Formats: sequence, structure tokens, C-alpha cells
Amino acid sequence: MKLQRFARLSAVALVGVLALAACGSNNNTSPSSSSSASSSGSGAAVSASSAAPAFCASGTLNGSGSTAQANAMTQWIKDYQTACPDATVNYGQVGSGQGIKDFLAKTTSFGGSDSALSPTKGETSAANGRCAPGTAVDLPMVPGPIAVVYNVPGADNLVFTPAVLAGIFSGKIAKWNDPAITALNPSAKLPAQAITTFHRSDASGTSDNFTEYLAAAAGGAWSYGHDKQWKAPGGQGAKGSAGVAQAIKSTQFTISYDEYSYARDNQLQMGQVDNGAGPVTLTPDAVAKAVAAAKIVGTGDDLTLSLDYATKAPGAYPILLVTYEITCVNGGLPADQAALVKGFLSYVVSDAGQQKLVALGYAPLPTEIRSKVQAVIAKVS
Amino acid sequence: MSILKTPVPGASTLSGTSTLSGARLRRGTLALVAVGAIAVTGLLETFTPVSGWAGSVLMAAAVYLVGQTVISFLVEGRRHALDRLVTTAVYAAFALAMLPLGAVLFKVVQRGGGLINGTFLTHSLRNIGPTDTGGGVYHGIVGTLEQAALASLISIPLAMLTAIYLVEYGRGWFARLVTFFVDVMTGVPSIVAGLFIFTVWVLMLGLNRSGFAATLALTILMIPIVVRSTEEMLKLVPDSLREASYALGVPKWRTILKVVVPTAVPGIVTGIMLGVARVMGETAPLLLLNGFTSSINFDPFSGPQAALPLIVWDQAGRPNPQSITRAWGSALVLIVMVLLLNLGARALARLSRTR
Amino acid sequence: MSDEQPPIEEVLATLAPAPAPLSTGRSVRPGDRIFAVLSGGASLTLLLIIALIAAFLLYRSIPAVRADTTNFLTTSAWFPDSTPSTFGIAALAWGTLLSSLIALVLAVPVAVGTALFIAHFAPRRLAQPLAYLVDLLAAVPSVIYGLWGLFFLVPQMVGLQTWLADHLGWFPLFSVGSGSTFKQTMLNAGVVLAVMILPIISAVTREVFLQVPRDHVEAAQALGATRWEVIRLAVLPFGRPGIISASMLGLGRALGETVAIALVLSTNYVISWKILEPGGNTFAANIALQYGYAADLGTNALIASGLVLFVITLVVNIVARGVIARRREFAGAAG
Repeated sequence: MKLQRFARLSAVALVGVLALAACGSNNNTSPSSSSSASSSGSGAAVSASSAAPAFCASGTLNGSGSTAQANAMTQWIKDYQTACPDATVNYGQVGSGQGIKDFLAKTTSFGGSDSALSPTKGETSAANGRCAPGTAVDLPMVPGPIAVVYNVPGADNLVFTPAVLAGIFSGKIAKWNDPAITALNPSAKLPAQAITTFHRSDASGTSDNFTEYLAAAAGGAWSYGHDKQWKAPGGQGAKGSAGVAQAIKSTQFTISYDEYSYARDNQLQMGQVDNGAGPVTLTPDAVAKAVAAAKIVGTGDDLTLSLDYATKAPGAYPILLVTYEITCVNGGLPADQAALVKGFLSYVVSDAGQQKLVALGYAPLPTEIRSKVQAVIAKVS
Repeated sequence: MSILKTPVPGASTLSGTSTLSGARLRRGTLALVAVGAIAVTGLLETFTPVSGWAGSVLMAAAVYLVGQTVISFLVEGRRHALDRLVTTAVYAAFALAMLPLGAVLFKVVQRGGGLINGTFLTHSLRNIGPTDTGGGVYHGIVGTLEQAALASLISIPLAMLTAIYLVEYGRGWFARLVTFFVDVMTGVPSIVAGLFIFTVWVLMLGLNRSGFAATLALTILMIPIVVRSTEEMLKLVPDSLREASYALGVPKWRTILKVVVPTAVPGIVTGIMLGVARVMGETAPLLLLNGFTSSINFDPFSGPQAALPLIVWDQAGRPNPQSITRAWGSALVLIVMVLLLNLGARALARLSRTR
Repeated sequence: MSDEQPPIEEVLATLAPAPAPLSTGRSVRPGDRIFAVLSGGASLTLLLIIALIAAFLLYRSIPAVRADTTNFLTTSAWFPDSTPSTFGIAALAWGTLLSSLIALVLAVPVAVGTALFIAHFAPRRLAQPLAYLVDLLAAVPSVIYGLWGLFFLVPQMVGLQTWLADHLGWFPLFSVGSGSTFKQTMLNAGVVLAVMILPIISAVTREVFLQVPRDHVEAAQALGATRWEVIRLAVLPFGRPGIISASMLGLGRALGETVAIALVLSTNYVISWKILEPGGNTFAANIALQYGYAADLGTNALIASGLVLFVITLVVNIVARGVIARRREFAGAAG
């Protein structure tokens, strides 16, 4: 009789669900209010829908992976679904490693990753096996700058060189008024306080690219290589980009690295970076210049980029990560999924899609790389 | 502090303390001690850097405790001093336990309360851009309700039958083995349960992610909680009840269903509530198994299905203030849902007791 | 008071086994047989699930531990996906036990006090609603505790921790190196855990306290015992197995707690006594933080650490069972 009661309770719950079902809606065409950023967003969405949506396909497309591109994906999904009401695109921000594993397990049709498939770890061959008879490709899609963020009251726009950053993050430069820092910032009032460094406590592409930058540009001052996990001793950990932003915001005399959108939205102090050609402030243009300096090293249809972290190109902001979409070309996907992947990625790499990145704190792909990505997307079938 | 007055007739099962004893403290004295404690705390705070209202309250309580005990010891003697000390400590313990509840609820309502309206409860997050406001968590409400209901549907019968087996039938090595493995099951970290189902469901069986896949992981987490608490409660049913039933010629299974289980129902319901509460708020396995969607999906058996904890986790990890606010709003909805469920279970338990 | 119990116990002991053989032995009651098979079958299902999980954990763990170039048990670092692969659970085990211990030390007295309050101190009419309030604490999902801990508790605790470090810094637990921010510390993680396990311990303890035989209580009262003496003589001895069992349930949750710790604690892979300094790590938090980016070997390494957590919880439970079994002999009617 106990069981009966619970059966009754669950029946009541089910009836409740069904009753609720009557009033639920997916229709969010007119958000109740909008910020400055979203007003431009919805305006562009209208233009996207007025342009004949040749990229439209119908059905459900699932993808997962990097958290770094989650905001870009959410925006693109909104625009794509608005233009193509028959399509549903889902993107789970589960981390790059899990994104690749999901793609390999065929639970998703594309994966998002902060780094290209690694041939040495067997990821490339596994992905090619998953895509048989086609092949797996890495498509660079979202260049995301990494800001050097800090919290020192009254000292905005501090300048850092790679060597100084390496010194700070390996603990060799321990005070804010260290001569190495004051030499770069003669006019700033730097306190005699100990520097507290923060790093990501979870594994992340942000840590990987930041340490890769230090390893490439600091010329021997950084001896810990590059890894998705923070390897240097000392410092404190914080979880996720949001955790780092929160830690820096709430604790004085700290420094860390974080994705630009988090730094901007939390109004953190951001450092200028001097790779040898003068201090560069983080702007989308400065990032685009650094992406333009990257070389495509992927073979065949694979468009893996090699970033030049040590670039001395004037006005180029060198600390960035590029997230890739990983999918199959020349077969390997069911027909409906191939149509969706092709349609969605075509929109994403289009001019309209890429321009959305700027407002969200990313940088658009340079035209030259974009056209190559478009050519590969055409081969999705 | 007037609640500290001595014997309250009929207020408690333990109120039979003798009034024939000697000198007792008056309420006025205790109030004086309380005022004194606050004053001393004020003084102490000027010397020590105890900051924050929480620190002050704790300090004042500690000072009051000491003052009251000393005075009571001098006036009433050791036994009553000890009694007062324990009474105050027990009241303080309860207040201390309520402190985080108040703080959590306040924070969630403060940050998320402004978001709750008809739109938020009846719309999904489909086509809501990262910096848009609006949208809602309807898709998560649907998912969480369906997944929790399914997990309960599977785990409650299994768990209760197991508990009944352990208490009423269990003899020898098999019962010991089951007890042991229920303990083992309590130790399964939620993320490991998620990994296990992911490997079996997705990698081995080649099935897609869905609300039901998450339900399976939640079932693993819910079973041991319900078994342990049900077992504990069944053991507390006096054997005399069983004896009486057997003596009347009632078969064992009817004795269990009609006598033993109903006697233990309030405790069992508490255990089940704890289980459901844990299941509804569980995040880690959902990350691996639900898939992710911003759209409504009524069918837990096919396609990605959202859930409220997942929405909290997803939105809290984004940089935009609009998303963070949505995270708190979803958290509020989740808490309210669990609260309603608890209320329902309570009412049910009361109903079953009066019958 | 206990003079009255043994005879009843003896009578029960002689009577209790009797009905079972009678009903099953004759098999005249198909209902009994069906019910016994059903409940036994449910137990068997549980065993199967556990066996599957254990087999799966072992199957995935072995290659990871084989690939480890350092000692899996004594290494603190965690770099499974690097070449050469170096990882070990020493720091994880340390942090897991330390944070759970802090949580237990903080939570058990408060939980038992709360349970006593509801069961024996609060006005009767209020007892039920108050019990419900405590249960609500258990209803708050861990991800929300994490958010709350990070945004509310951590800033609130800075003052207290600074004070502890200044005045009790000579005590190893409270000593700090230079420049602790007193923010994402082990103590804070312990406090959040304590809040999370408090309602579990309290709820189970309370139910047990409510079952204390009335005659025990009344006997004590008749002897003129104060409320505390009644509790000490009648309630606590009866409830002790319940308290221990409840604490173990709480410990089980504390050991495996994932999301809240991952949010509140500033993790690293260092073994340290200093609970006022940021740092430390736990098995579950480490799995949650590393899982998304782990490659194949990394995932297996995480599963291996999950297996160790599994085993630690197991040992805790076995010890607890032992304690309860021994206590039960004194506890009278609880058996």
C-alpha cells in the first residue's frame, strides 16, 4: 500500500508535468528586454533571416566540447535557429577532451576543441576511424584572446614582457615593485606588496595556450613547458574562467590570465603585452593581426593552425587560443547530420557569423583562413 | 532569550524536572546575563579583530553560555548548571544549523528572485543569445521532474524491497554481503556513477544521450540512501508488533506490508526525501549523460534533455551578468521545486499516519 | 533501568526466529514465498549493479596504474597525460580525508544538538515544522552550496581565519605562511561540507532519538533526573548506534562531494596541514575539474582515483559497522 501511494504520487507528478506542458514554450522571439549588445545581435539575426537562408537544414544537430567558445556557439545557435526554424542545434560546454570523446563515440556530429586533434596521442587516427569512409578535420573557427588580468588599485594598463610574465608566474618576481616591472612601467605607482598568482585549477586550453606563449616568447625564462594543467609551483588555483575572474576581482595584488570576455565583463584590469615591438593593448584588431601571422600546418583538408606566439608584428596581440570545430568531410556522417553540419558551419564561418564574435569578446578569422575553411566545409557530405 | 525559562509544563516530553529543588534562577537574571554577554562582546570586539555579523553573534552566544553556566552553578548547583548549559547549547546548535539555511535561501532569493515571472517559468532558453535577457527554465523543470520521477520509480521499489529483505528475511552470508555492498554503493562518487553509465550506455550499447541515461545514474545514487534509511527505520519497529501480528495468524508478507512498513513510514519518507533531494540537485552525472539543449524535450528516452542543475552549472560558468543572474534564478526554481516535493511527501506521511 | 530489558530481549531472541521457518517451511503461503523471492531478487539486483561498477572501475584503472611511471600511491603530482605519465593519489587522499574530518568535527556536535532540540527540547507543536526546516538544508543542491560558499561564505570567513592565524598560529593546523588570502582554504571547504552533511546526520539521529522507549525516559524522570540527565542516561545510550551510523552516512557524502568543493577550494597537489591556506584537493573535485580535458589515459587515471575513493569509503563503512555492531549489545531494544 506504501507502493501504491507512491505510484499515486508519481501519477500526480506526471499529471502535473502534463498540465505544465500546456503552457511551456520554446518561442522566445521577443525577449522582454535587451542589453546594448543584444540589440545589435537581434538586428543582425533579422538580417540573417531576410537573406535567403541557403544554409538551412532541418533536424537536430548535437555538438559538445570547449567551454571557451560556448558564448559564440550560443549566439550562433540563436541566429541559425532564428533563420531556420526547422533546425535545432545543441552545444554542450563539457570541455575539449570530453568534446572529442563524444565525437568519437558518435554521440555528437561535431566537437569543439581548444587544440587540434593530436596525431601523437592517436586522436587523429581514432577520429579518422570514426569518420570512415571520410576523414576527420580540424576547422579553426573562434580566435579567443587571453588577457593578462590583475588587481592593483591605481595601476591601470601595466605593460608586461613575456620574460616578466614568466618570472611572475614561476615565482621569481615576487613583489609588485620589483625592478623588472617598474622598469617597464616607470610612471605607475606600484606597491611593495607580494604578488599572488592565480591559475586555472581545472585542465584548460587557456592554461595550455598561455604556457605555450610563455614557453615560446619568454626565451628560456619559462622552464615548465606547456600543458592543459598548470605545472609551475606556487600560486593558487581557481576553477574555470569564471572562478579566475572572481578571484582576481575580489583579491588585491593578484595576477592571472583569463579569456578576454571574462576579463571585460568583470571589468578587470588588463595588462598590455610587449613582445618586442612595443606595448599592445588587447583589441579584436590586434588579435586578428596575430591570427593572420599563423600558418596552416594541417595536411589535406585539415586546417590545424600553428600560432606564432613570439610574433613581433607591430600591433599584434600574441596571447590567444583558437578553438576548432572537429567534424567529418567526404562522408562519415549520416545524410541529415551532414546537411546540418554543413549548413550550420557555413553560417558560422560566413561574414555575418564571424562579425558576431567581436561583441562577445572574440576576434573574427582573417579572410584568407576563412575562405579555406569555407572550401573545406563544402566537402562535408 | 525568554525561551530559556525553566520547566514549561507540557511543552516537552522531558519536562518532568522536579520543582521541589532548591534555589532557581529567575528569568530576569538570565536576561541580565544576555545583556551582559552582548556588552562583553562589544568590548571584546574592540580588542580583537573579530569582524562580520556572524563572528559577533557567535561570540555573544559563547559569552552568554559561560556567564549563564557560572551563575547557575553558584545559585543552583552543579546538576542544574549542567542542565542549563546543555539546554542552551542545544538551542544554539539548532540556531547554528538554521544559519546557513537562512543565508543560502536569502542569497538565492536576493540574486534570483527578480527573475521569477510567468515567462521564466514557461519558456525555454531556445534562441536566447549570450547577452540577451529573457527566456526561462521550463525545459529544465520538465527534465528535472521527469528524471527524478523516473529515478524514484525505479529505485524506491528496489531499495525498499532490499531493505525489507535485510531486516525481515536476511540471515547468514547473503544478507551480510548485501549490507556490505549497500555500504559500498553509498561510496560511489556521483561522477563515477555517471562514468559507469556513460561507458555502458553510450560506448558499449551505442545508445544516445538522453534524460533516461541520466536517470540510470541517478538511480544508482538514490538506491543506497533509501536502503540505508529504510533499513534503519524498519529495525526500529518493535518486534512485539510483529509477534502480535504473527500470533493472530497473519502471514509474514502481510505483516510486513500492513504492520511493519506503515509503522516506519514517517522515517522511510524522510529517507526517500533525502534521496530525491540529492538526485534532483545532482550535477556531475548529468554533465556526461543528459546531452545539452536549450529547447524543450518532453521525451526522456530520446534526444538531449535539459535539467535545472545543468542550467545552473552552464549559466554560472559564463562571463555575462545576464547568464549569472539566470543561474541564480534557476537555482531558486530548483530549491522551490525540492521544497514543494518535500511538502508533498510530508503531507503524505501525515495522511498515512492518521489512517 | 536496564534491569527490565534483558528478560524481554531473551524472550524476543527465543521467539524471533520461530515464525520464519514456520511460514517458509510449510510453503502453504504462496504470498510469503513470492514476497521473499521479490525482496531477495531486489537485493541480488543491487549486488549485480555493484559488481558491474566495480568490474568497470577495475577494468579501466589497471591500464592507467600500469602506465604510471611513478608510484601511484605515494606521488602527489597529477600529470597523467604528460610524457612520461606521472600521477599519484597521495595529495588527493590527504585532502579528501582532511576536509571530511573538518566537516565531521564541525557538523556532528551541531547535528546531534539539533536532533536533540527537535526530538526533546522544542515545543511539541513546533517540532515537526522545525524538523522540516532542517531537512530543507539537505534539499539544497550541492552546486548551489558551491555558489553560496564562493560568493558569501568565503568573504565572511576571512575575519575569523585571520584571527585564528594571529592568535592560534602556534598550533600547526592554524599556522600560515606569508601572504595567505584566507579565501579558498581547506577550512572553508570543510565548513561548506559541514553544512551539507549536517542535515543528513541530524535527520537520521533525530528519527532514532524519537524512537527512544518512553518507559526509559519516564523511569529517569521519576528518579528526579534533570533534562540533561535524562538525555545522558536514556536518550544517548539508545541513540548512539544511530549517531554513529548517521555520521558515517554524512562522512560518505563528504568524501564524495564534488561540485561544491570544486567551486570553493583553490586546488593544488600539495600535502599540507595548514587549513587556513588556500590549496589542497580531493578525489571527487579532481575528477570533476580534470575530466573535461583529460585524454584517454587521463580519464583512466581519474577512474583509478575514483576506485581509491570507493575503497576508502568502504573501509570507513566497515569500521562504522563494527562500531555499531558492538554498541548494539548495550543499546537494548535497538537490536
